[in-house]
Amino acid sequence: MTDNIVQIDNLSFGYKGRLLHKGINMSFPRGKIVAIMGGSGSGKTTILRLIGGQLKPVQGEVRVGDKVVHQQGRNDLQKLRRKMGMLFQQGALFTDLSVYENVAFPMREHTSLPESMIRDLVMMKLNAVGLRGARDLMATELSGGMARRVALARAVALDPEIIMYDEPFAGLDPISMGVICNLIRNLNDALGATSLVVTHDVKEAFSFVDYVYFIADGVVAAEGTPAELRESTLPFVHQFVHGEVDGPVPFHYAAPDYRRDMLRGRDV
Amino acid sequence: MFKGVVSKLASVLQNFGHRLIEQFWRLGSASRLFGYTLASSGESLRRPFLVIREIYFTGVLSLIIILVSAFFVGMVLALQGYNTLQKYGSSEAIGVLVALSLVRELGPVVTALLFAGRAGTAITAEIGLMKATEQLSAMEMMAVSPIARVVAPRFWGGVISMPLLASLFSMVGILGGYLVAVPLIGVDGGAFWSQMQASVDFREDVMNGFIKSCVFGVACTMIALFEGYDAPPTAEGVSRATTRTVVNSSLAVLGLDFVMTSFMIS
Amino acid sequence: MDRTKIDLWVGIFAAIGVAALLGLAMKVGNLTTSNIGETYTVTAGFQNIGGLKPRSPVKSAGVVVGRIDAIQFDSATYEAKVTLKLDKRYLFPKDTFANIYTAGLLGEQYIGLEPGGDEEYLQDNDKIMQTQDAVVLEKMISQFLYSKATETKE
Repeated sequence: MTDNIVQIDNLSFGYKGRLLHKGINMSFPRGKIVAIMGGSGSGKTTILRLIGGQLKPVQGEVRVGDKVVHQQGRNDLQKLRRKMGMLFQQGALFTDLSVYENVAFPMREHTSLPESMIRDLVMMKLNAVGLRGARDLMATELSGGMARRVALARAVALDPEIIMYDEPFAGLDPISMGVICNLIRNLNDALGATSLVVTHDVKEAFSFVDYVYFIADGVVAAEGTPAELRESTLPFVHQFVHGEVDGPVPFHYAAPDYRRDMLRGRDV
Repeated sequence: MFKGVVSKLASVLQNFGHRLIEQFWRLGSASRLFGYTLASSGESLRRPFLVIREIYFTGVLSLIIILVSAFFVGMVLALQGYNTLQKYGSSEAIGVLVALSLVRELGPVVTALLFAGRAGTAITAEIGLMKATEQLSAMEMMAVSPIARVVAPRFWGGVISMPLLASLFSMVGILGGYLVAVPLIGVDGGAFWSQMQASVDFREDVMNGFIKSCVFGVACTMIALFEGYDAPPTAEGVSRATTRTVVNSSLAVLGLDFVMTSFMIS
Repeated sequence: MDRTKIDLWVGIFAAIGVAALLGLAMKVGNLTTSNIGETYTVTAGFQNIGGLKPRSPVKSAGVVVGRIDAIQFDSATYEAKVTLKLDKRYLFPKDTFANIYTAGLLGEQYIGLEPGGDEEYLQDNDKIMQTQDAVVLEKMISQFLYSKATETKE
């Protein structure tokens, strides 16, 4: 792995003294699809925001290309962000714009292309996600799966080198999930981009990604290709991959002894 | 028991102090947002259709409520004023009374209060929801500054709309007052207008009212924008922020009105 | 709603808004009447100006011929020094009389100019020599009561 477009070294991040990440190392080779997995609240989305420069690390660094993200000035950061596309959890489409205008938004903001050119580009992007026919609908009129696809078209509007997906499967029906899986794979290969997928859907993710990082307790707990991880004997990975209720990740939140709690009768 | 009272008192004081500090904190953040907004105004004013869109939403869509309220306020002023003035035998001064109260005070103030309720809440809710649904984050990730693209156009839309709305309010209110005083009560129409023109000064009354409404425009729009921008990204957070917009804007308008009036009168 | 329709509405809104402001200026306010063209300045001293204020009107024969520009206290003469701005079109003799009158019993106060018979006219920065102070109601009432009291004694 010599050509890593995104490189995370010894990254620590936290809010108000409580560390969420404690020295994470990850690398994302060019052209691959890499999944970041972990339980809810393990700070997966935060990693995407650190890569996008919306948050600053407490320690360590994130490198995109040869640039350290948190050391960039305002203008350089904007330049860096133009190389990235991000799909937000609920799509984050602009509710006051139509589907067409949503996809055209990044082009209008960052290029001075003539309207006819923008129209062609928007049509191409919308066609890629199969929603060319929905261009005149308002963002609020779309179903969850459609909104996610429009958001995907918007994320790749400027042909980014890095595409980040924040929980792309959350709240979707199985058919939409399959559609999104295919789109991520196809867009990645067609654009020659690198994709980072944050998710906790093991089954879906393992079917199309190239490499997986598991994070737990603020560190990378396991990494490998999907095939390797399926065979993994690490208890945490085993629990996660096979969806068992109890294991290293306990079912109960830390609490005093059950019997004593019940007998005491009231909380003081 | 004494100890209990002391500790309770201490906790009340502590609570009060926390709230006070919180308010200072918010005031600081609001000023910072105001600064950023002004700094990125150039960028958004270069694309006037963004501002025009916001003038449509804040100004044009507030027209109905402003005009109808103005009409009724003017009519009530005329009725009440006539009732009092005729006791002193100076019912022709009704035009002066209606015009001065509208131009100096009621026009700018009532317009600002209605604006806070109609347009301010809409701005807060819209920006709060954009934040809650990560639209602002998404914009940031697309290397587009949400302050330049979302906040600044709304700010200028509000600041431009407010004086226009206030002028319309005063004008329509005076027409409402005229309708009650002249055709209905029977005050002489010529006296109504001429007394008004003799007593209403352009610089001291009309211009000062205009300046007031500009200041209210800045205050109301900025409060609405800040509350939206600062709202916790949840349904509850947005609804609370909307309420705060109305409360804070109203307080700001009435307070600023007192301060400005005391400067203008002296 | 497409962009052009919004433009139209905003255009109408801006137009009627500006029209309302102009209406306030012309129809309601005294922008038209107070709009004196070129002016010249004269001063006048008063012992007591009562409720006279800057921008109060200056009238002659009931016609507004100017406005009060400034009111100061002159510590040399212990008088109020009132600066009047008069319309260039109206000329007054040097011995013009300046009185402070009240419009109606309780109305606003203004300066009334009563022209004298001098051959020469007032020039820029001249001083009006003959003035009459504002009528102070309390003084008048007390004078009236005093005279009544002395009347009944006799």
